[in-house]
Amino acid sequence: MATLDLTPVAPTTRRPSHRSRQRRGRILLYVILVAGSVAMVLPFAYMVATALNPQRWILPYPPTLWPEGATLSNFARAWNEAGLQRYMANSAIVSGVTVVLAIAVSTTSAFAFARLRFPGRELIFSLYLITMMIPDMIALLPKFQVMRDFGLTNSWTGLWVIYVSNAVAFNTFLLRAFFQRVPRDLEDATRIDGGGPWTFYWRILMPLAKPAVATVAVFTFLGAWDDFWWARLLIQDPGRRTLPIGILLFFNAHGTQWSTVFAATTLAAIPEILVFVALQRYFVSGLYTGAIRG
Amino acid sequence: MLPGFLLVIVFVLWPLVRGVQMSMYDWNLMVPEQSIFVGAKNLTRALTDHNFWVATRNTFLYAVVTVPGQMVLGLGAAMMLHSKIHGKVLFRTLYYLPVVTSWLVVSFVFAFLFTDGMGPVNYLLTDVLHVTSEPVPWLHQTWTAQVPIMVLGIWKGVGWNMVIFLAALAAMPAELHDAASVDGAGGWARFRFVTLPLLKPTVLFVTVVLTIGAFNVFLSVYLLTGGGPERSTEVMLTYMYNQAFQFLDFGYGVTVGLLLGAAVIVLGFLQRRVMRGAVEY
Repeated sequence: MATLDLTPVAPTTRRPSHRSRQRRGRILLYVILVAGSVAMVLPFAYMVATALNPQRWILPYPPTLWPEGATLSNFARAWNEAGLQRYMANSAIVSGVTVVLAIAVSTTSAFAFARLRFPGRELIFSLYLITMMIPDMIALLPKFQVMRDFGLTNSWTGLWVIYVSNAVAFNTFLLRAFFQRVPRDLEDATRIDGGGPWTFYWRILMPLAKPAVATVAVFTFLGAWDDFWWARLLIQDPGRRTLPIGILLFFNAHGTQWSTVFAATTLAAIPEILVFVALQRYFVSGLYTGAIRG
Repeated sequence: MLPGFLLVIVFVLWPLVRGVQMSMYDWNLMVPEQSIFVGAKNLTRALTDHNFWVATRNTFLYAVVTVPGQMVLGLGAAMMLHSKIHGKVLFRTLYYLPVVTSWLVVSFVFAFLFTDGMGPVNYLLTDVLHVTSEPVPWLHQTWTAQVPIMVLGIWKGVGWNMVIFLAALAAMPAELHDAASVDGAGGWARFRFVTLPLLKPTVLFVTVVLTIGAFNVFLSVYLLTGGGPERSTEVMLTYMYNQAFQFLDFGYGVTVGLLLGAAVIVLGFLQRRVMRGAVEY
């Protein structure tokens, strides 16, 4: 036993303590990350729980995340009575067309800025950068006047014009950064094979730029799907209203019916979350490109 | 190329010019030709209007709290997720959920969370934690109403900050950290003297973008308080909107919008000056 006391103890005891401290650090890390996730998800959980609440007028107290007798009847009511069906279809058309138009317009613009040489290129691009810094809402009222000047009120065309023109600058900026990183050799190779700039754009650039295009698509989609003010200012015809307006009108009319309101907002949030999750693989790497270059 | 350029010119830049023109008139939306020229009257009216300054104060306050709030939490989340951990994609997705959900939806959710009698927040404070005996009328008092508005602003923005900082961290050369470790720098020292200086360009970019976003705060305030009680929680955009569509004073509303735009541009310029000399690597 005495000989054991002579063995150097320091290293053997220090190493586990170091390791256990590291492990404690990792546990703490997970605890913080999980707590953060709870904070992020809890408001949504309350939204869904309230939407499942079986009583139309009365909310359970204390508030619960597992309402007794949970039911989908609020969703049915929102879908049919609140007219969500129609609003959802309208929003899908408006947002879908916006995404297609915005991608067509901004990829070609970005292609021109990144690959073609023309007079005033840098000047026009810096103009785009400036417009990116000016928030849409600041010019809300003059834009509304301009839309009236062009007779674009009370039509989806007006919404498309606004959504696409609001998205062009940022999208072009992000896509240009991506296009510039595509090696010149590929362009030369296309030319040697007899392809012009369009062949290069369609066959080479667009497939390579998938992450950037997906990012732009997500942003443009969310912008259109979310938009409240333009839809409200420009659309008077009830048949052409989009989802946010439909939900607000329902809320104004039946504000105390939280269960139905939240059934509607849950349904409205699903496409946003689906689009994000589906494209997130591309989306995150696309956003990285933009952020690093920005 | 041309369609994009035309759209930007006609529907982004031209309205700004038109706005400057409109701001000098008692603008008639229905028959613009009948607008009455008033010169700088709208401008002097804004600068002497009490409610305009209340709205300006609230907007600045919102920016001062939510911009650093989002940035610190977003950077913290990014630092944690940048290490070797399990479930990285899951955490990242969850933190990003509020970013992709529309302002309309999350504003309703926060209005519900902070409702007077039965709201979960008041339940937590009165019956669980016993901090107060009476439920707090969050949305009906000037200063308590700032809490849900600002918490919502921070909560919704953390994920975006996280993704941007993750990108910047991923682009950082690992050798620098290794070298610092070899020199004996601990975790905090590595963060303070290696990571943070290298993040400077990203911090500048994020600050500018977030400040613009903060000055754009609109729908959350509109839906949570409507600017009340007695217009004391209004921000610049709700003020502008109400002047235009509640009081039908279009020229004045346009003027307020332009002042807001000027404030954003000046602030962006100042931020660039302050943080100049960013580290390149």
